[in-house]
Amino acid sequence: MTATPGISPDIGRIRTFVAVRRAARPARRAAFSLALPLVGFLLAAFVAPILYLLVTAVDNPETRSVLPQTLTALEGWDGSSTPEEPVFAALAADLRAAQESSTAALVGKRLNYEIAGMRSKVLAAARMVAAMEAGPYRDTFLEKDGLWAAPETWSVIRRNGAELTPFYLLAAVDLKQSATGGLESVAPDQAIFLAVLGRTLLVAGMVTAFTLILGYPVAWVLTIAPKGVAAVMLLMVLLPLWTSLLVRTTAWVVLLQSDGVINAILMGLHLTSEKVQLIFTRIGTVTAMTHIQLPFTILPIWSVMRSIPATQLRAARSLGAGPVSAFWRIYAPQTLPGVVAGCLMTFILSLGYYITPALVGGPQDQMVSNFISTYINRDLNWGLAAALGVVLLVVTMAIYGLFLRLVGADKIRLG
Amino acid sequence: MNHAFTRPALTALGLLALGTPALAEGSVSVMSFGGAYQEAQRRAVFESYTAATGIRVEEQEYGGEIARIAAMISSGNTTVDVVDVDAPTLLQGCDDGIFERIDWAQIGDQSDWLDGTTSECGVGTIVYSTALAWDGAKLADGPAVIADLFDTAKFPGKRGLWKNPATNLEFALLADGVPADQVYEVLSTPEGVDRAFAKLDTIKSSAVWWEAGAQAPQLLASGEVVMTTAWNGRIYNANKEGQDFRIVWDNQILDSNYWAIPKGAKDLAASMAFIEYAVGPEVLAATTKYIPYGPVRVSAAEYVTPEDAANLPTSPQNMTVALTLDNAFWADNGDEIRKRFTTWLAQ
Repeated sequence: MTATPGISPDIGRIRTFVAVRRAARPARRAAFSLALPLVGFLLAAFVAPILYLLVTAVDNPETRSVLPQTLTALEGWDGSSTPEEPVFAALAADLRAAQESSTAALVGKRLNYEIAGMRSKVLAAARMVAAMEAGPYRDTFLEKDGLWAAPETWSVIRRNGAELTPFYLLAAVDLKQSATGGLESVAPDQAIFLAVLGRTLLVAGMVTAFTLILGYPVAWVLTIAPKGVAAVMLLMVLLPLWTSLLVRTTAWVVLLQSDGVINAILMGLHLTSEKVQLIFTRIGTVTAMTHIQLPFTILPIWSVMRSIPATQLRAARSLGAGPVSAFWRIYAPQTLPGVVAGCLMTFILSLGYYITPALVGGPQDQMVSNFISTYINRDLNWGLAAALGVVLLVVTMAIYGLFLRLVGADKIRLG
Repeated sequence: MNHAFTRPALTALGLLALGTPALAEGSVSVMSFGGAYQEAQRRAVFESYTAATGIRVEEQEYGGEIARIAAMISSGNTTVDVVDVDAPTLLQGCDDGIFERIDWAQIGDQSDWLDGTTSECGVGTIVYSTALAWDGAKLADGPAVIADLFDTAKFPGKRGLWKNPATNLEFALLADGVPADQVYEVLSTPEGVDRAFAKLDTIKSSAVWWEAGAQAPQLLASGEVVMTTAWNGRIYNANKEGQDFRIVWDNQILDSNYWAIPKGAKDLAASMAFIEYAVGPEVLAATTKYIPYGPVRVSAAEYVTPEDAANLPTSPQNMTVALTLDNAFWADNGDEIRKRFTTWLAQ
């Protein structure tokens, strides 16, 4: 067959490729339709909640919905003096409506995040306005509370007229918007989240390191032990996985407490004359978490080790390598995919720990999840909870990306 | 043939539709905190309500998470008719509009309730106290006043404290000599907060922080601490299990629980009727037989037996110096003070 003039061999190849793709289309569709339930499940249970989380972290509906007239009146405000009567009249009208629909507290709570005490002042103003027949309002407001004279108050209100707010995301990294619109750090005694994030990473890193140090030899022994022994050992590795996390954590409370088992043994052996503080410490938290995470590190390493022929080590020895050299240069590099997979799994799971630090740790050991739970359950401040979630998600993705970059995606294997 | 099938089916559906409201009237769904508390409510309130009216009480339990109530309402399916909430939840829920308004004309005269236990969204039910407790089996001569909590020379050893700035800042100021009625005035100023933290600094190195209410008696029993602040009901329960814990009633901090009705409850009148019964003076007094939380109504006092009264935070002999927790103050300043408390803890 000769090439037709005007059609290059390349285009011919592309045509063939397209034809093959077309021919395979029904099979691909069938395969995809089988995966549809899973795709649907992932969209509903994974993608949608994360999108909702991202939206909640920047959503800012309160001020817009409760104080619409005030926001319109504030458009002409110069930003540096106490606003004039029209703004106060608009605020009075908004608050009067809010008092009727009992939404004043909503905006009060939202503004209270940025100016402490705002909640009760908005509520008091709403009650005051509801009792007034007519204006002028400016002097009444100023007399009621000096806060209404401060330009900062009004710039916070005006800023929150925006549909989306960076407030929660900034707060989650200890930043805030200044009156002029720039960024600044929050007061030192209010800055907690960066420290908490750093502590979360540190604890997760320590737990990962300890599970690797303890788990790697276990995984190796598992591969070389006789079948019967290995089966019993594997059972002992797996058993904790089948026990509830809460039960394992409480067991550590029993062991670690001042009058607990460990202290009794130490005192009984006269290793120490005073009780050692183990519970409510970083040591206790890391110990308990290491125990709980061990199987997650061991299993991927073990399954990779099983696929390495034992004869390789013998071959290396017979070719003159010493025992350490043979292990380090022949065996260890081949276990790397399992090590990376196990460590990554433990590290990422540890980032989200919540119950164990709450029960075994002291106040210095509370992780990001503990704060997320507080803001969701107790404070109903879902914006800040979502923002902390976003920060945690971004950090996790960044670390995952960094791992991929450093070792390569093909180097991460579960078996 | 089709007709023969359809008609009875439709009739049955119609009967069902008629029958459903009748069934709903026969029960009221109540959510409370579980544990010994709900057990006491079951015996004193729920069972007698069913006996008196024939209406079944369907119980649910929760951990006090306001998020759960809010989520239930926003999903448009309110399955709880009446819920027991603590004071911060009531305040926040009232602000966020997740509770129905209370018709006080039906419930009773608000002046019969202790100060601060009535609200437009909730009816006070019990008063509990956060107080200092110690183990009579370990100390012969224990702390007697709140200042002893801060006196590490007189009482060396660890102290259990609630891991929350609320109650701790108040205890600090009270021990520092601020009269109970001026505590929140002082705490409203930055200098007052500084003063409270400075006082807490003096026992920071010997503090053990508890989070769940059950931890406090457990810390005492295990000897982890020499004294701890605790909720009085938890101490009473530990004593029922054989401990010899004592409570320092001096400068106790009082707080209360409330009955509230979630927005969208299926039958408002039935919910109100239940609350009206549950806060009846005799019913409130009956609860004290099972758990030592004080009745919020003055008129309930006459039905309480002297033995039970000895354990109640609201009894005259115990309520010599007491502070009522100001939840409005914490709603305003809690966010900022909690952050400061967290940084302070980590220092």
